[in-house]
Amino acid sequence: MSETESMHSGIVPPQGVWWKNVPPQEKVWITIAFVWCMILFAMMPVWHIRGGQNPSGIRHKVDPAAFLERTERFVEEYKIGEESGIPVVEPPPGSHVYLVGRMWQWYPVLKLKKGVEYTLHLSSIDVNHGFALFPVNINFQVIPGYDYGLKITPNQSGDFRIICNEFCGIGHHMMVGKVLVVD
Amino acid sequence: MSGAIERLSSRFRTCAVTGLKVNKDSENLIKANAVIAIVCLLIGVTAAFGLVLTRWQTVHLLPAEMYYRFLTLHGMNMLIFFIIFFEMAILYFAGPVLLNARQPTPKLGWAAFGLMVIGMIMVNVMILMGKADVLFTSYPPLQAHPLYYLGVILFAVGALLATSLFFAALVVAKREKTYKGSVPLVTFGATTAAIIAVITLVHGAATYIPALLWSMNLIELDAQLYRLLFWALGHSSQQINVAAMVSVWYLLGGLTVGAVVLNEKVSRTAFVLYILFISMASAHHLLVDPGFGSAWKIWNTSYAMYLAVLASMVHGFTVPAGLEIGQRLRGFNAGKFEWLRKAPWGDPGFSGMVLSVVIFGFLGGITGVVIGTEQINIIVHNTMRLPGHFHATVAGGTALAFMAVTYYVLPLIFQKRIAFWKLAKLQPWIFGGGMSLMCMSMIYMGIFGVPRRHWDSSFSNAPFSVEFHPAVWISQASMGVGGLLAASGALLFVIIAVVTVFFGKPLTEQAIREGASGIPQGVLKLPAQLHEGEKVVAVHKKGAPGTMVLIMIFFACFVLYYFVNWKILSFLWKVG
Repeated sequence: MSETESMHSGIVPPQGVWWKNVPPQEKVWITIAFVWCMILFAMMPVWHIRGGQNPSGIRHKVDPAAFLERTERFVEEYKIGEESGIPVVEPPPGSHVYLVGRMWQWYPVLKLKKGVEYTLHLSSIDVNHGFALFPVNINFQVIPGYDYGLKITPNQSGDFRIICNEFCGIGHHMMVGKVLVVD
Repeated sequence: MSGAIERLSSRFRTCAVTGLKVNKDSENLIKANAVIAIVCLLIGVTAAFGLVLTRWQTVHLLPAEMYYRFLTLHGMNMLIFFIIFFEMAILYFAGPVLLNARQPTPKLGWAAFGLMVIGMIMVNVMILMGKADVLFTSYPPLQAHPLYYLGVILFAVGALLATSLFFAALVVAKREKTYKGSVPLVTFGATTAAIIAVITLVHGAATYIPALLWSMNLIELDAQLYRLLFWALGHSSQQINVAAMVSVWYLLGGLTVGAVVLNEKVSRTAFVLYILFISMASAHHLLVDPGFGSAWKIWNTSYAMYLAVLASMVHGFTVPAGLEIGQRLRGFNAGKFEWLRKAPWGDPGFSGMVLSVVIFGFLGGITGVVIGTEQINIIVHNTMRLPGHFHATVAGGTALAFMAVTYYVLPLIFQKRIAFWKLAKLQPWIFGGGMSLMCMSMIYMGIFGVPRRHWDSSFSNAPFSVEFHPAVWISQASMGVGGLLAASGALLFVIIAVVTVFFGKPLTEQAIREGASGIPQGVLKLPAQLHEGEKVVAVHKKGAPGTMVLIMIFFACFVLYYFVNWKILSFLWKVG
């Protein structure tokens, strides 16, 4: 225990040397908080090794026109139909999948297989968009000029939506896409 | 020469309550900045009503275009204008006033104020004219009118000038020996806020000057780089708020119950940690962006291993512990919690401060650390959990602390008795309670994947239907009720402050002696700020056992919420 003959509030200028020993309760709390902070920090690298959900991805810059063209080729190759005027594409298992965000549409509609890994490339050809897979709740930022290639493995079948969750202009709230996952 | 000294000394008055020598130049600058802050708050609150009543799908008041415009207006006025004008007032108070010093170059202070007002008006006019429907973040390639960016730049230059006057005041006070010893903790905390403000405003220049040139078609702008720079401004500016808010906690603790500083070394070191690590928080917004690798994300999002979080956890202990020991020194020494039961809950300066600590810590702090975790951000980014988090920090935390301190600024600086005193006693509870309900509802909705910044929860014109979980509609209603309560609480605050400033009864020594209404208890009788003698030794030995219990409850909530989120994440599709 340190010198305790006087105590003062935070609006009084402290006199003399204020670099004093820390009271025991405060010491206990600081120690707990410090250890907790180290655990918080360690959890992230640990999850990269042991966990299944990481935002790592294959990332590089891309010309928006080139990305759109690559997506068009992808659509042409694997198109199986159309929904609401948007092509439905069924890529082979394990392949690279391309998804364009643009004002105000996700292009194309994807049909995937459960339990199979795909590399999903996300980019925008105009402004920022937000990829939000609903109701799974997977969210990624989609930025013009950048290709974000994420390895994804659907673990459930069903009819999913892609909501845009980054403001992208007046039609933002109408920008909804679709992903089908089959067994 | 003696004439000059007389002129200078006539610029001071001695505060009847605190005994501080208050110079009139600083006082006038505090008044001007505080009044404009409240004007901006009023604009922000007006927009808030529109937003709540639109997001609540049952009401769905505004058309889409107006919704996004109001959202821009709300963001700029609340996050930038209201809060920074108020912080400038705090700097004029924590510098010259707390140190008994004169105001260095008051004319420059007025020039800075003028620039900030012009910038603020330009931005608001551009938004209202519909030339800047780009939301608070104005991410390119979404583009606003060049005058919008210019307005922000002028505002920032003004704020930078005003901040430099705070540093000048520190130098003047030191050189002219207006105080003995070291600067008080509150001034020290305000100094860290000012340093962070400089860092922030430099990033602001790096963000908005290129954006201005780009809006005039003079240069090209990379969308990802802008996001990096913008958030070095946008998040750091919230860290000015944190440092300023914590300083206000210490200030109000002293004024309301004579709270003590447990240990100057610990509290000051914690403030320094804010300066060292805080601009790294830009990364919180970029965790699921394509431009950065995981090593960069982990290092930056954790503020280099969470040392800034450590700082907040330290203040989260020392502030309530200081209150507890202050109360024990005033004789409320029985058991673990007599100090809390017998606290001046009817004093809005006290209740507002305590609610600010609780809302910031439990709702804002815990959720902030959790959603700023690299992988957990995948289930959070741009969902309603985001506004849920930052309304708890900025509104429930910072804005509420600023409201609470206003109940002391009005009598001490404006020398007025507070109008509508009975309502004023309720105001922090209405605002804090409403804000808490709204934040929790937003967070709950976000867990179901409801996007933020979104006009239409029915998705009626979308090519594919979206069906939210039924719980979402209940949360929307509770968000609506909470939001309306919070906005009403803020509006009530504006009315109380404006009526007090312009029509309030003057605070006289007689009114204080008689205990007239409209005067907070800390102004009626300022608690002892300095304690000496045997009592101190006994209380110091006992420490803060009540706070130890409270902080362990906080810690348990933190750990639980953190690991529940990892568990939820683990159910997701594999992604990486």
